[in-house]
Amino acid sequence: MLELRHVEKIVGRDTHVHATSLALERGSLNVLLGPTLSGKTSLMRLMAGLDTPTAGSVWFDGKDVTGVRVQDRGVAMVYQQFINYPALTVYENIASPMRIKGADKATIDREVRKAAELLKLTPYLDRTPLNLSGGQQQRTALARAIVKNASLVLLDEPLANLDYKLREELRLELPKIFAASGAIFVYATTEPSEALLLGGNTATMSEGRITQFGRTIDVYRRPNDLLTARTFADPPLNAMDVVKRNGQFTAGDRPLLAVPPHLSQLADGPCTIAFHPHHLSLSSQAPGSAPLQARTAISEIAGSESFVHIEFEGSRWVMLSPGIHDIEPDALITVHVDTRHLMAFGMDGRALGAPVAMAA
Amino acid sequence: MDKTWNNKAWFMVLPVLLLVAFSAVIPLMTVVNYSVQDTFGNNQFFWAGTDWFTQVLDSARFWDSLVRNLAFSAVILAIQIPLGIFIALNMPRHGLGVPVCLIFMALPLLIPWNVVGTIWQLLCRADIGLVGWGLTQLGFPFAYAADPVDAWVTIVVMDVWHWTSLVVLLCYAGLVSIPEAYYQAAKIDGASRLAVFRYIQLPKMKRVLLIAILLRFMDSFMIYTEPFVVTGGGPGSSTTFLSIDLVKMAVGQFDLGPAAAMSIVYFLIVLLLSWIFYTVMTQGDQA
Repeated sequence: MLELRHVEKIVGRDTHVHATSLALERGSLNVLLGPTLSGKTSLMRLMAGLDTPTAGSVWFDGKDVTGVRVQDRGVAMVYQQFINYPALTVYENIASPMRIKGADKATIDREVRKAAELLKLTPYLDRTPLNLSGGQQQRTALARAIVKNASLVLLDEPLANLDYKLREELRLELPKIFAASGAIFVYATTEPSEALLLGGNTATMSEGRITQFGRTIDVYRRPNDLLTARTFADPPLNAMDVVKRNGQFTAGDRPLLAVPPHLSQLADGPCTIAFHPHHLSLSSQAPGSAPLQARTAISEIAGSESFVHIEFEGSRWVMLSPGIHDIEPDALITVHVDTRHLMAFGMDGRALGAPVAMAA
Repeated sequence: MDKTWNNKAWFMVLPVLLLVAFSAVIPLMTVVNYSVQDTFGNNQFFWAGTDWFTQVLDSARFWDSLVRNLAFSAVILAIQIPLGIFIALNMPRHGLGVPVCLIFMALPLLIPWNVVGTIWQLLCRADIGLVGWGLTQLGFPFAYAADPVDAWVTIVVMDVWHWTSLVVLLCYAGLVSIPEAYYQAAKIDGASRLAVFRYIQLPKMKRVLLIAILLRFMDSFMIYTEPFVVTGGGPGSSTTFLSIDLVKMAVGQFDLGPAAAMSIVYFLIVLLLSWIFYTVMTQGDQA
């Protein structure tokens, strides 16, 4: 088990990581989710031992490893850039961690071939990394991490520089590849969808703080606060400041939406309601959907979906609508909010009520 | 598909063509012209064919100078490339040290060549020079004007002082372009300092090193000004390189034909050696 106890990292005047405590179980897959500069990499460097924390301590299997050098910790790391030894062949690259450890020739050969087979690199063992595609280069880096047999594997946005198709492919394989090893996996990403696809646990990060840590699906469905909800939403979360009064959410004295049953316990008064873009639709098929009049801004088509940006009572919202819609800009349309998925937050950002468990 | 030709495009390259013609092609052709003819002044020319070339290639003077040139370039590369890499590796990467080091490194490169020659000539003089006089006082008699070894040492040290910076700056540029993640990955692997140099820094510096080696080779092979100022090619002819010899022949003796023939041979040698260097060093890049 890897434990961070109140670790903090301050560089000059900047606090890269605010006092953070976190416990990661062996054999678990943990996602660090947050935008660029939210502290994911800094936290990973602290976990790895590449940096020593300004305050706090790092414990591994009940031992304080804060001062232990990175090469003595059994850590493997894969980066966003494809990091391999440029002048060595794929074979030698994969073998390098074991050569440094001084493993014997037969073991090295066996392990290298096993890892190469697993990552479909066998035909390329004699090439140098520069003669490989991006996906193959990253596979080589992953193979190096595998043969190391590390107890902590850190993957820092490993798929960010790959094209869409390769990304999908590797993302599906990654959990399987590492599943057998029983190591602790930490996977940093900026994409909420990636966290959901990987499953496991997720820690959402914002400005050097972990805002919430728990099972990925729980964090997604029941965020503790608005910040977490926003971090875990792409396209961005739709939110609006309203006042709850007489069973209605109102804005500027006008009633907007009937309060759905799961939020009926809420005290009357101001709050922020929020929902994901795919809970806004052009049709009223879903039970509990409420119609709203909104003005369209722009509409973008992304594959088989459309992002429709709309303005409603001064708030800018995004609607993710399946199918391709040809929507005129600056037109009045009726959109439907699926109120069963409405989240409510207090004015301090803390969650007041979340939707009951159901398909997200 | 038919390509559309737009002849107006030629006007765009015309200025460059003219510039190259006047700066390179026409002077070169003049040299070619001199190399195959003989003249006694008065603009009278007589066809000489390949006579000048055979005369130059048969002369011991040419081959001696060529050997001196090759030896000098070999010594210069052997010292400046490793030294340049070593200094670049030890230069700071962050903070105030960076601009300070860069300025100190760039200083020698900014000094005109004949001034560099004069500086070192004064410095090494046995009667008034700090280095020359000092060494002599310490019991190491030093006289670049009398002893060929001393003359060579002076010129080599001067060239190292003058040009190592170029190698340093190129290598430094190559080094700072290596992403931090490489060093981190090596650290996680537990790779030694030597392994980092051998397997990360050196391969990543390969391209700039190629440029550094080519530039330093060509420059050192064509060295003229500094030895001309310091030793004037002496003592004897111990520091007479091809370029110095060439000028002696063309300007001193006014043997324009042989000098032109020698220029062309000299040019072809530089071209050939540069091409060999380039081919050998880029060979590994093709898959």
